[in-house]
Amino acid sequence: MAKKLSAALFGILLLLPVWAGAQLRIEISGVGKVQIPIAVASFQGEAGVPQEISAIIRADLEGSGLFKLVDTGSSATSLNETTPVNHAEWKNRGADTLVSGSITKLSDGRYDVRFRLLDNVKESNLGSLSYAATPALLRFTAHQISDFIYQKLVGEAGVFSTRMAYVAKQGKRYELLVTDIDGHNPQAAVLSNEPIISPAWSPDSRKLAYVSFQTGKPVIYVRTLSTKEVIPVASFKGSNSAPAWSPDGKQLAVVLSRSGLQQIYLIDADGSNLRRLTTSNGIDTNPTFSPDGRHLYFTSDRGGSPQVYRVAPSGGEPERVTFSGDYNVRPAISPDGNMLAYVARRDGRYRIAVLDLSNRNERVLTNSANDDSPSFAPNGRFILYETKNGRADTLAIVSLDGTLHKTLPSVNATDTRDPVWGPFFKY
Amino acid sequence: MLNLNTTTKTALLVCAGLILSACSSVPLDEPKVKIEDRSTGTSSGNQTQVTQTAVTDPLNDPNSPLAVRSIYFDYDSFVVKAEFNATISAHAKYLSANPGRKIVLEGNADERGSREYNLALGQKRAEAVRKALSALGVTEGQMEAISFGKEKPRAQGNDEAAWKENRRADINYK
Repeated sequence: MAKKLSAALFGILLLLPVWAGAQLRIEISGVGKVQIPIAVASFQGEAGVPQEISAIIRADLEGSGLFKLVDTGSSATSLNETTPVNHAEWKNRGADTLVSGSITKLSDGRYDVRFRLLDNVKESNLGSLSYAATPALLRFTAHQISDFIYQKLVGEAGVFSTRMAYVAKQGKRYELLVTDIDGHNPQAAVLSNEPIISPAWSPDSRKLAYVSFQTGKPVIYVRTLSTKEVIPVASFKGSNSAPAWSPDGKQLAVVLSRSGLQQIYLIDADGSNLRRLTTSNGIDTNPTFSPDGRHLYFTSDRGGSPQVYRVAPSGGEPERVTFSGDYNVRPAISPDGNMLAYVARRDGRYRIAVLDLSNRNERVLTNSANDDSPSFAPNGRFILYETKNGRADTLAIVSLDGTLHKTLPSVNATDTRDPVWGPFFKY
Repeated sequence: MLNLNTTTKTALLVCAGLILSACSSVPLDEPKVKIEDRSTGTSSGNQTQVTQTAVTDPLNDPNSPLAVRSIYFDYDSFVVKAEFNATISAHAKYLSANPGRKIVLEGNADERGSREYNLALGQKRAEAVRKALSALGVTEGQMEAISFGKEKPRAQGNDEAAWKENRRADINYK
């Protein structure tokens, strides 16, 4: 765990700390039906520390919609990860679970962060951990603690320490940003005076593919986040758009108009070895690989209206996947490969829908009018997407069960758009 | 609209040439006209000839059918309407007569709908104009059809008037 963490921290360090203008503020408008009551005591020694660890953990847990925060009261001020507690007393106050910990500054400038998770119902210790974090990585450490708590109490991987990429637009200034999934800790990746669209994470989370209009037309680039190296991957005659990584990160599906209308091609991640995958008389776009790499889902109007199809990356006859409505585009596939999210036009409104591929059951998750760009959290529980707040593009998250809705309004960019949820760190 | 833009661009180029020559510190008897020639792309002549070239090129004539550079499309349609036939043929004729000239056909879509799909819809409009020009003899090497989708709207509103303006393909001379 410690080794894994330090490797992940190293990965974060590689992102040069560029100040980026856009900051996001979270607003929650719905919460889960079943919530786990939890008390998160202030960490002993956290006053004066650059990041308030306990507040970040509280915001993470509450923001997931799966936890109900219980006030710790004044008695908890001296709690740390070793203090004996009266389980019955905490349980009576409604705190089925309790997090407590401490922060100590080390001589080398790092912080020693320790915590413990207690189950007050079973009167047991669910685990404790310690981390040594530089001041810059305290937020990440807090998210890691939230992930630990989530894993222990919900029983699946937490996604608080994951990141997202999106485009912030302010006037004619376009910025491709990478931030923590809670909207904090923005890192500028690309800045341009021309539109940037369609960011896509490489499976190892080290690279972003995206489309920039910098040269006067859509061209696909891949940027390595640590080195800032940028290579044009597809700059063929016509438009180059909608990049999607294969699960092994070795190739990209891209959409090119070099033969007329937009069609799907495969290309190696270094821009070599181009080969055409789809052939239709209309539009084929929005490619996305299934996690097992066996299917490539995409949008096509070959049947008259835009619908989601899938085809084997080796080629063959595409199979239609969506059937309800006359506009289902921009597919995204869940990490387990079982759920398909897409933009569905229903009653003239563009909304996010999910289709259970095992039983063909479709649910429309959002009720807004201009939703776009859905992407799954790496644990499959949430979908990040673009919506409208008045005339402004805004990021939002909905849980797959439809109970949690939250918007992430931008504080100082006019529009935040085209988000994509990053993978778990793989180091 | 685009016609104005192009006229403005030409005017700016000429002005830039004039400013460059005005700002240069070369002796007054040096042949300043050469600087102006380069800036306007003409191969020879003096200031008078530059002005004449700018006016005589039908591309710069606001009364020429070539002054129309935008082809508008109906909602969810990708058919070049008959009302633009004269425009298309004028450009085809000019491009055939000037095989060195190149154009970029820039397709656009209104703001409704998904970003990448709208990029494909804009491409469909640019492609429709490219095909029409191709049928009239314009060579493939002179044309590139691209799309801005809904990313560079000329009209900013969210009403039918703005959407109509943005369902468009522009002929952009390079």
